[in-house]
Amino acid sequence: MYAFDFVKPATLSDAVAAMEQEGAQALAGGQTLLPTMKQRLNAPDILISLNGIAELRGVRREEDALVIGAATTHTEVARDAAADYPGLAALAGQIGDPSVRNRGTLGGSVANNDPSACYPAAVLGSGATIATSKREIAADDFFQGMFATALDDDELITAIRFPIPHKAAYAKFHQPASRFALTGAFVANFGDGVRVAITGASEEGVFRWTEAEAALSDNFDAAALDGLTLPAKGMIGDLHGTPEYRAHLVAVMTRRAVAAAR
Amino acid sequence: MPKDGIGASTKRREDVRFLTGNGRYTDDINLRGQAYVHFLRSDVAHGRIRAIDTSAAEEMPGVIRIFTAEDFAHAGGLPCGWQVTDKHGQPMQEPKHPILAEGKVRHVGDPICAVVAETLEQARDAAEEIELDIEELPAVIDMRKALEDGATKVHDDLNSNLCYDWGFVEENKEAVDKAFSEAAHVVSVDLVNNRLCANPMEARVAIGDYDPWNDQHTLYTTSQNPHVIRLLMGAFVLSLPEHKLRIVAPDVGGGFGSKIYHYAEEAFCTHAAKILKQPVKWTSTRSEAFISDAHARDHVSKIELALDKDHNFTAIRSTTLANMGAYLSTFAPSIPTWLHGTLMAGPYKTPLIYVNVKAVFTNTVAVDAYRGAGRPEATFQLERVIDKAARELGVDGVELRRKNFIKPDEFPYQTPVALEYDSGNFHATMDKMLELSDYANLDARVQESRENGKLRGFGISQYIEACGIAPSNLVGQLGARAGLYETATVRVNATGSISVLTGCHSHGQGHETSFPQIVADMIGIDASQIDLVHGDTANTPMGMGTYGSRSVAVGGSALVKATNKIIDKAKKIAAHLLEAAPEDIELKDGKFSVAGTDKSVDWAGVTLAAYVPHNYPLEDLEPGLEETAFYDPNNFTFPSGCYGCEVEIDPETGKVDIVAFTAADDFGTVINPMIVEGQVHGGLAQGIGQALTEHCVYDENGQLLTGSFMDYTMPRADDLPVFKVDHSCATPCTHNPLGAKGCGEAGAIGSPPAVVNAVIDALHRAGHTHVQHIDMPVTPARVWAAMNTK
Amino acid sequence: MNTISMTVNGKTVSAEAEGRTLLSGFLREGLGLTGTHVGCDTSQCGACVVHVDGKPVKSCSVLAMDVAGSEIRTIEGMANSDGSLNAIQQAFQDHHGLQCGFCTPGMVMAAAALLAENPRPTEAEIRDYLEGNICRCTGYQNIVKAVMAASGQDVSEMSAIAAQ
Repeated sequence: MYAFDFVKPATLSDAVAAMEQEGAQALAGGQTLLPTMKQRLNAPDILISLNGIAELRGVRREEDALVIGAATTHTEVARDAAADYPGLAALAGQIGDPSVRNRGTLGGSVANNDPSACYPAAVLGSGATIATSKREIAADDFFQGMFATALDDDELITAIRFPIPHKAAYAKFHQPASRFALTGAFVANFGDGVRVAITGASEEGVFRWTEAEAALSDNFDAAALDGLTLPAKGMIGDLHGTPEYRAHLVAVMTRRAVAAAR
Repeated sequence: MPKDGIGASTKRREDVRFLTGNGRYTDDINLRGQAYVHFLRSDVAHGRIRAIDTSAAEEMPGVIRIFTAEDFAHAGGLPCGWQVTDKHGQPMQEPKHPILAEGKVRHVGDPICAVVAETLEQARDAAEEIELDIEELPAVIDMRKALEDGATKVHDDLNSNLCYDWGFVEENKEAVDKAFSEAAHVVSVDLVNNRLCANPMEARVAIGDYDPWNDQHTLYTTSQNPHVIRLLMGAFVLSLPEHKLRIVAPDVGGGFGSKIYHYAEEAFCTHAAKILKQPVKWTSTRSEAFISDAHARDHVSKIELALDKDHNFTAIRSTTLANMGAYLSTFAPSIPTWLHGTLMAGPYKTPLIYVNVKAVFTNTVAVDAYRGAGRPEATFQLERVIDKAARELGVDGVELRRKNFIKPDEFPYQTPVALEYDSGNFHATMDKMLELSDYANLDARVQESRENGKLRGFGISQYIEACGIAPSNLVGQLGARAGLYETATVRVNATGSISVLTGCHSHGQGHETSFPQIVADMIGIDASQIDLVHGDTANTPMGMGTYGSRSVAVGGSALVKATNKIIDKAKKIAAHLLEAAPEDIELKDGKFSVAGTDKSVDWAGVTLAAYVPHNYPLEDLEPGLEETAFYDPNNFTFPSGCYGCEVEIDPETGKVDIVAFTAADDFGTVINPMIVEGQVHGGLAQGIGQALTEHCVYDENGQLLTGSFMDYTMPRADDLPVFKVDHSCATPCTHNPLGAKGCGEAGAIGSPPAVVNAVIDALHRAGHTHVQHIDMPVTPARVWAAMNTK
Repeated sequence: MNTISMTVNGKTVSAEAEGRTLLSGFLREGLGLTGTHVGCDTSQCGACVVHVDGKPVKSCSVLAMDVAGSEIRTIEGMANSDGSLNAIQQAFQDHHGLQCGFCTPGMVMAAAALLAENPRPTEAEIRDYLEGNICRCTGYQNIVKAVMAASGQDVSEMSAIAAQ
């Protein structure tokens, strides 16, 4: 790693102030950022740890939504969201492995927007709202392609507000080495509509499969997806799967998520 | 018999230090005043070095010195330890393998400069300031294209990219061709044996140290064979005599073959420590390991089987392109030839066999042995083509194999490919595997899976392999540039405790437990009185190290020989003490007694007399009790066995789950069954890894796409089943004193075809009969594509 | 350089660290606790797992300064107070759950964390929990068996059928 200064503010306002410095970079769980820095692919001058800020942590119920602090770990979400939003909790419990889940955070994952990460599917699939140090951003506006988001350089995610659907589930097909999603489908049925978000598959990052949403909104049953396919064009092709295979998996995983939704 | 003798599942004594964090691996060693080296490696696969400017880098903080190829102008290249002769009787083409790249870079990861600095991060910082002017050249990656006329050459000074064109047995070629033309049935499979990376969990480390006052060089290194490194590096690279060079390989975190070879970083650290008069340490990262450790396998083959009308095998023809990578690693040329072609008979009576192997240079990391080395490739070809033959002929694969097996009463059996099998019982291991896997009820399980929407299938693989490669005079004729004996010194101490010194090296095999079991068994004392010393050339006899499942079969046999010398001498001492004739002395349970009398002296009484020779036949015998034996085997050993793999395929995703795996092995005599089972488990995991997940992939520009554990899929706990392992069908080796055959590689040799055969079986049972073969790794994407491509 | 303090295996320790010093490096080079191993650089292999405030983490992907003041437990702190192997360590020896020993510290730390939250895990739960710990030697069978045995469960069904 290149050398950098390390600061660990205790309050959000101190963190926001620190982020205004030249070369500042927020450090959440670090499970992606630190390996990248070890490869010298990322060279912040100042690393600002968000791990000492109590107000960024925790899961709380607010009416029909679950509000989760950005620095809440995957382990905490898997445990503390289980009663209110089991589909989301189950997704968090499948990220990485237990040790990674003890460090990795919701905010870190969403801000990074890895095209194969699990959380973006839940955020987009839930129609969540991303609260930042500056504003609130709807999930539909937040994700802007591989590793790209609506965040400004000095903007921090503070919490994410997940509307709680009637039923939801995430079906993940693992990329076997990294344990990210080769393809993952998050399906949420809100009663007045269904959202389907797909991760791991598209060269544009997480996306909503609107044809599936329409079909499932009429009939929330895996059979409603019969015959529905996605074109392979625009899907990721790599060692682990061709675009055709990923397009196929999108349909399979979506069906499985519908069947598993509760 | 002592409780921890041969055949006892003694718990491993070395575990206590590993379980408490007190192992001492090379990276745990830090020497006073040590500097750190970072290698600036090529990021292109092929290029001509026009200029290297280190001037700015040398001014960076903490930099001690930057080395380039010029600093090694006096040194030899990294030697290749095996010269293969081609089918025309000519020696292979053998390029120089410099420590640091000379003139050209030939693979991504080829080291160009070595930056030594006070800290590792300073060395890395400085390396970024080196200005390299490299003219990128077309990368030679595909082996077929590499052999085309006019192809870019990896080595400008060689005639072509062909290392050798080997025919075996060349004299049989016409007869084999004739047998094929006359055959009732011919079955063939085109297949790839996928390129792998051994990936021991401990990446390589080297620390050079130099003592100017005694002109002593010491290299601490992650090696499976410290004496081999001393010989190769001392004699061929740095011109250091053995008595001035000490190699220490302390606890080593796995090897699987990848730590046999002499690597550039070892020579660099040894040399730089002398030049800089301070220790120099290199610790590989995992990413660096992927582009600097020797890779493995990487064969493209066509296997053909000829059968008569009664389904007897009449001939086998195998044609292979074997990737050597950019340079010849230490034993690379021998792997596709003498460890591959000679195994092409398998456990079958096939009268005519011809094997052709073209070894090819490419702009990739060097390829060398990895668990099994050549034998997995041979076994995969045979068991895949036999599986296909059974399907095409509409006969049971079990029966087709049985019909062609060498029968138990036909040993010793001379194959048409040079080997003479001494023992084995293939029918027995086949029967045992079928029994343990409940093969009889397979159809019911297939039906049950079908009801759950899954495709179930069963694959069989029968293997024989060759371990304990020897004898030295024969392998010398075949091109080996080293002997293949092993040594043991048994040093009995005055009070009866024993230090066993071996040239073998334990890096997971549990020698510290199993070697003392052999001596305890022979003398009849408690194994806790015996310790094993290994891993340091300063205090062990010259031996060839640990690889090729040789340690017990060869090193253990040396230990038996040395212990027998000890017992012979001890009996003479006992005879003196008991005033009897040596031939009347019996040794039992650690006690020497005069046959037919109650006169006896215990072990410690004799050992004390040897070292405090007050009452001792000094005129006839030297004092002391220490013996060394060198053991050079008469023949290879031939472990064999039968594996059964049961899979379930998810037809929607193509994902293969191994639901059961049964291994019935014949390892001959087993010293410690617990350790042997563990070796089989590990071998199976690696073989299943090859079959289902592992693959080193280069793109057409020679960039390694699988350069970390994010893309190279190591098998994990949830990828593997509970293995059923059996070794009751033992036919002891007939030519070594233990009867042991070796067990380290079997799992990795026998399992890949069992897995692939199971996948094909599952698909055929479900009606996907157009799928004849799927290349490894059999990933979900490949299975799905095979199912959906007509 | 900064001097940072934390509690390691029950003792308060202080040592110099840069901002970029990883917890694994702080333990190995700063404190000489070389039982924690580094087997990869992408947070996959788990050889470096230690407990931070009771939870397993990959110490190669955590900055030392980020866990200053925390309670750290490493493999060196796992044995019983008399120095004997604890129940998990003993089960690893009894059931041959290790070969080269390199992944072993991380395996033991992960297994201890699992049993703390799930005292009687099933075989499938163990395999699932250990997905972040790669072993190249054992094929995992005897590790899984050791963890089951350490939790007081019968492992005779998992024994290989071996002839003596």
